[in-house]
Amino acid sequence: MTKLTTQSEVIIVVEEQIKRMQAKNINAWFYDKQALQNINLDIYDKKVTAIIGPSGCGKSTFIRNLNRLHETVPGARVSGTILLDGENILQGSYDAVALRRKVGMVFQKPTPFPTMSIYDNVTAGLKLYGRQSKSDLDLLVEKSLKRAALWEEVKDILDKPGISLSGGQQQRLCIARALTIEPEVILLDEPCSALDPISTSKIEELIHELKHKYTIVIVTHNMQQAARVADYTAFFLMGELVEFDQTSKIFTAPTDKRTEDYITGRFG
Amino acid sequence: MTRMKNRFLEKIIEAAIFLSGIVAVLIVVLIFIFLFKESFSFFVKENMLAVLLGRNWYPISDPPQFGFLPLMMGSLFVTMGAIVIAVPFGLAAALYISEVAPAWLKDILKTGIELLAAIPSIVLGFIGIVVLAPLIKNFFHLGSGLTALAGSIMLAFMAMPTIVSIIEDAITSVPRSYKQGALALGATHWQTIRRVIIPAAFPGIIAAVMLGIGRVIGETMAVLMITGNAAIMPTTLLQPVRTLTATIAAEMGEVIRGSSHYYSLFGIGLILFIITFVINLIADLVLHRRRING
Repeated sequence: MTKLTTQSEVIIVVEEQIKRMQAKNINAWFYDKQALQNINLDIYDKKVTAIIGPSGCGKSTFIRNLNRLHETVPGARVSGTILLDGENILQGSYDAVALRRKVGMVFQKPTPFPTMSIYDNVTAGLKLYGRQSKSDLDLLVEKSLKRAALWEEVKDILDKPGISLSGGQQQRLCIARALTIEPEVILLDEPCSALDPISTSKIEELIHELKHKYTIVIVTHNMQQAARVADYTAFFLMGELVEFDQTSKIFTAPTDKRTEDYITGRFG
Repeated sequence: MTRMKNRFLEKIIEAAIFLSGIVAVLIVVLIFIFLFKESFSFFVKENMLAVLLGRNWYPISDPPQFGFLPLMMGSLFVTMGAIVIAVPFGLAAALYISEVAPAWLKDILKTGIELLAAIPSIVLGFIGIVVLAPLIKNFFHLGSGLTALAGSIMLAFMAMPTIVSIIEDAITSVPRSYKQGALALGATHWQTIRRVIIPAAFPGIIAAVMLGIGRVIGETMAVLMITGNAAIMPTTLLQPVRTLTATIAAEMGEVIRGSSHYYSLFGIGLILFIITFVINLIADLVLHRRRING
């Protein structure tokens, strides 16, 4: 960019956002029931994309396709193309295990491994890819926990079980665990819906921090949350993508009547 | 009036249910008392320590020797052998059924394993004599194939259904979120099984092993038929042995009622009872702990 930042240039900068992931014509099924219908959606690099919509609208199914976790459930199928760095991750020859190292995920319910300590939970992902020296691991644990804003609370109890923490701490532990494997994209599937308001605001602050380094996709029920954290927002309804735009636009001037009805609380 | 009648009826039903519930416990207690009463004088007369540590079981020689050790060692050899065979296979089978097999095959396999439990033990003993014993005899160049090893293998088949179904149950009840969490971290299916699913299902696996032991140690007919039935101190699995259970089954018919030999068999029964009781208790505690933490 030149130093001449005129109004028009700023707009160009926004439009030239790098597309980190591109979903094209995504259809997904559970047995005979179609959960997604022809979804086309771009995920922009180092931005937060929120996916909102009522329960059962397919938003979780959509992001579970971004790391191919959808296919691990019995009866699940998908068709279409999802590009990550120019490669179609949905094609059979694409290594799903390698994909999940690039596209990390945090779930609605915190899922620390029950038999592992806090320390082991953080390093669980790393240990899958071979041994590392204890001092390296120590550094990474500290770095990841700091980045997940949990270090100060757990630095003296790293050998305690992960499940002994509070729900909000467990969720940040899971975020730390996802960060250790240095993903490019982080998927957050309703990460705050089981948490109290204080834990929720901590996670939201964290999302603001993380987007400088990572591309984030967050599924949320909570429209205020989407408005607070997301740069882009997609509205899903009954398996279809109704509208996708910059968050400010979706919440102030939606083009589709159904989006307006939803965000003004007329249904959902 | 009708209200009175209803209340009276309810009291009766309550009492009947209470009795049915308590009767199982009562029977266990009565059996224990009976065994204890019948064997108490024997243990006093023959010196308990000498009995438990005695290396010779010659109940009808003069003077008789009532050493339980060869019998206990026989049971131990056969049981351990069976568990060493059955647990790895059982774990692998349970993992395959719950984690790998497609749905249609899963049903077939589960039914097959349940059917294995339905085979009468005498039939397994029969197959052991006719098929397994000659195989062992030829393979190891032994005089007879009727050995602890033959018993172990047949008992492994008997313990397998218990072990597989309990481990399978434990694995299936591991919350799916753990598995998804591991997969989302980039774990392969096998890494997920080894690092997350097996540790989470571990109490269930221990319980399965315990109940498998309980099943095996109490088995009588098949072991009586195929272990060679010699009450000597075993040193390897390739020797004939005599288990605690087989001793009672083989000798109870011919023993003189009221003799020391007669009471010694009750003593064996008491030892068996205590062993199986402790094993089941451990299994129960482990399973119960799982439910609390679950």
